[in-house]
Amino acid sequence: MRILAALLVALSLAAPAAAETVLVRDGRVVTNGAAGIIQNGDVLIVDGRISAVGENIAAPRGARVIEAHGAYVTPGAFAAMSEVGLSEISGSGAPNDADLEGDLVAAAADTGRAFNPQVTAVAVTRMEGVTRAAIAPSETASLFGGRGALVSLGGRADSVFRSDAFMVVELGETGATRTGSSRAAVWPVFEAALRDAREYPNRYRSGQGGAVLNEIDAAALQPFARGQGLFLVHVESAADIRRIIGFKRDNPSLRFVIHGGAEAWQVADELARANIPVILDPLSDLPDRFERLSARLDNAALLQRAGVRIAIAPQPGSVDAHQARLALQLAGNAVTNGLPWDAAFAAVSRGPAEIFGVGDQLGRLERSYRADVVIWDGDPLEVTAAPTAVFIDGVEQPLVSRQTRLRDRYNPSRRQAR
Amino acid sequence: MRLKPLMALAASMGLAACATTQSHTDNTAETTPYASTYQPAASSPTLIRGATVLDGDGHELANADVLMRDGRIEAVGQNLAAGDGVEVIDGAGRFVTPGIIDPHSHLGVYPSPSINATEDGNEMTQPNTAEVWAEHSVWPQDPGFYRAVAGGVTTLHILPGSGNLFGGRGVTLRPVLGARTVQEMKFPGAPQSLKMACGENPSRVYGERNSSPATGMGNMAGYRQAFADARRYADRQRAAQEGHGDPPDRDLEMETLAGVLNGDIILQWHCYRADEMANAIEVSHEFGFHIAAFHHAVEAYKIPDLLAREDICAAMWADWWGFKLEAYDGIRENIAFVDAGGACAMVHSDSEVGVQRLNQEAAKAMADGRRAGLDISRAQAWTWLSRNPARALHIDDETGTLTPGRRADVVVWSADPLTTYAAAERVYMDGALVYRRGDPRDPPSDFELGQTYRERGQ
Repeated sequence: MRILAALLVALSLAAPAAAETVLVRDGRVVTNGAAGIIQNGDVLIVDGRISAVGENIAAPRGARVIEAHGAYVTPGAFAAMSEVGLSEISGSGAPNDADLEGDLVAAAADTGRAFNPQVTAVAVTRMEGVTRAAIAPSETASLFGGRGALVSLGGRADSVFRSDAFMVVELGETGATRTGSSRAAVWPVFEAALRDAREYPNRYRSGQGGAVLNEIDAAALQPFARGQGLFLVHVESAADIRRIIGFKRDNPSLRFVIHGGAEAWQVADELARANIPVILDPLSDLPDRFERLSARLDNAALLQRAGVRIAIAPQPGSVDAHQARLALQLAGNAVTNGLPWDAAFAAVSRGPAEIFGVGDQLGRLERSYRADVVIWDGDPLEVTAAPTAVFIDGVEQPLVSRQTRLRDRYNPSRRQAR
Repeated sequence: MRLKPLMALAASMGLAACATTQSHTDNTAETTPYASTYQPAASSPTLIRGATVLDGDGHELANADVLMRDGRIEAVGQNLAAGDGVEVIDGAGRFVTPGIIDPHSHLGVYPSPSINATEDGNEMTQPNTAEVWAEHSVWPQDPGFYRAVAGGVTTLHILPGSGNLFGGRGVTLRPVLGARTVQEMKFPGAPQSLKMACGENPSRVYGERNSSPATGMGNMAGYRQAFADARRYADRQRAAQEGHGDPPDRDLEMETLAGVLNGDIILQWHCYRADEMANAIEVSHEFGFHIAAFHHAVEAYKIPDLLAREDICAAMWADWWGFKLEAYDGIRENIAFVDAGGACAMVHSDSEVGVQRLNQEAAKAMADGRRAGLDISRAQAWTWLSRNPARALHIDDETGTLTPGRRADVVVWSADPLTTYAAAERVYMDGALVYRRGDPRDPPSDFELGQTYRERGQ
């Protein structure tokens, strides 16, 4: 109790204003932690944080008690890659902040400053149980896609909780098209960019300038080039993945996560040894690109078995602004193709949180974690399931969106004269 | 439980089945250009015993048997006798459904791999390309066909893209693994369609070229002028057939449009918005044709009454939305609301990925419809995947339900197929086992054969 009190004091500054004390009782609690799944578990939320998880937790005075009646209670899902909040409508010539055109900035692009928490898709996504997202532009003119951000989907003004969480780099087929249509040019350009960044600001002040980067891109890339940030690399083929593994061997201070990795199963053991995680799409099974010729449905299962850290998200080219909610369906399909359920759920919650360096505060139902908590009406990886309650930082979210308003207007089961 | 007296029905349908087979055995295939040369794979009589059956026509039968013989459904019911030489499959714990029919696919015309050379689905050279046929772009070696079969799909309607007002003719195919020609895939007797497109795509494509159509009103004028011309063409064709005057010079574009006016070619119309669907219906009234289906129909839930009145099916995604303005009003209950409104609801993919798990899309729509207060059984949900698309493609006397006499297009699922974890374990096409999950086999597509990428790296 003394520990709890101390914790509350420590956390009170960070807690959202509307957070309340809530005890979720008698759920099938997926902790994503050492306690595993607690069959008849309780979760206590105080001041935006998980205060306790276990069996038979007493309700503090004034706490609201929610009876889960055995329903799944989980951490909020974390979209490992999305454009949510970057456009209201992605096409039709509407403004779309996920399309980064022109050559003024590339690495310096700051996705967090493009995020709008009031975009309709934010509410649509969170009411399906997705409470956090990693966001970045998808269309870029350069090898570098800019700095990705981590956002809450709680709709609040302070939703961006990490603004330079990763640097997007194209080192596969797309990267080749950005550097003269050949992979032969990709790596020299990438290496030159890293040198420019490391030698910023000196070579720019001296008038020498960058070999390939302008000054603002070099400045933005510098922390990543020095190993203080994560490179999120778009590659698919085993050959390209091996080049990353080799590059990391020669540059051990640099940190990489692969997004795509359709052929990663071929080099699973090497990836595990190199400690390079993979954000993959369990539906990727078509040779739709030459870099994905051996894509297969059990990629996730094979990687997990080999000890590779995985997260699940749509593959590069399929990431969008409106359907981040489908991450759970992707994870369910990974289960159908051999991934254990716990690993699949972790791949859309704890996995992304850990990969992006916030695994100490998100992705688990454990004491002191941020209280992103979802109660479901079924197995959350089942397409037929939906949340009955969603908490973000301890604040219960209304299960209302523009879509539910349209639904209610046209619902034939409650249609009245209009 | 609504258990139909299927045994008796089966007996009486035996003759009908033979007759149906004959009517669709096309002996003129050798001489008619472009005709189907599809041949069902070899099959032996098969009895699936003790499964949960969703018959595609809205009924669920517990602990039921499905008997297939000579490529057709012979009987569905309980305690069916196997008879001599009948292979018996244990259906305990399994679910059996009709094969899925995807009424909107671009497999073959936008195949894998996706490169410039395979962009074969959209003849965007002028707004009216009613003269082109999607089947002439279909690459039978598209690896996507095999993935579709693995998802329980036994029939696909392949359409041209939507860049034009008139995109060209669509074709109903069997995903025949190992087919060498598109003719070997053509569903015998299935009519061709005409693909038309409402909305943003044609006006964007041609507006950017500073040519018509550049607007919604330009789209409408384009449809109407073309049908006005086609009416004259069709009238001259008919007059010539009746001995009055010469037939018009052959015009492939006009032949397609005249086919729509004559009812020989069924109309499949890409249209997202409710108001634009209503406008399209007016075009059909002005020129006297029937619209078989609206595709993508993101706002169909706003006009189920119109669709029901006009007997127009709606092909829909479960939850796609927001990728452009005309998809902004998408809701997860669209399919369920259209169904509840008495209209013909269908699930479609429009995607080489989505086609592999259309059952999950139906499951989502069913679950969301239930949460909105509708009473939807899983048997009803399955009608969106097989019976209704069969109707919209005018092949419902051949497939889409497990009715005795119909083609034995049958899927055995590992579990309730209206869930995520179910997988198609066995897929039968015309009674022939064409796919079995887990069977080691070479890839059916020549494209994938012998590529060394699949060998585990060192």
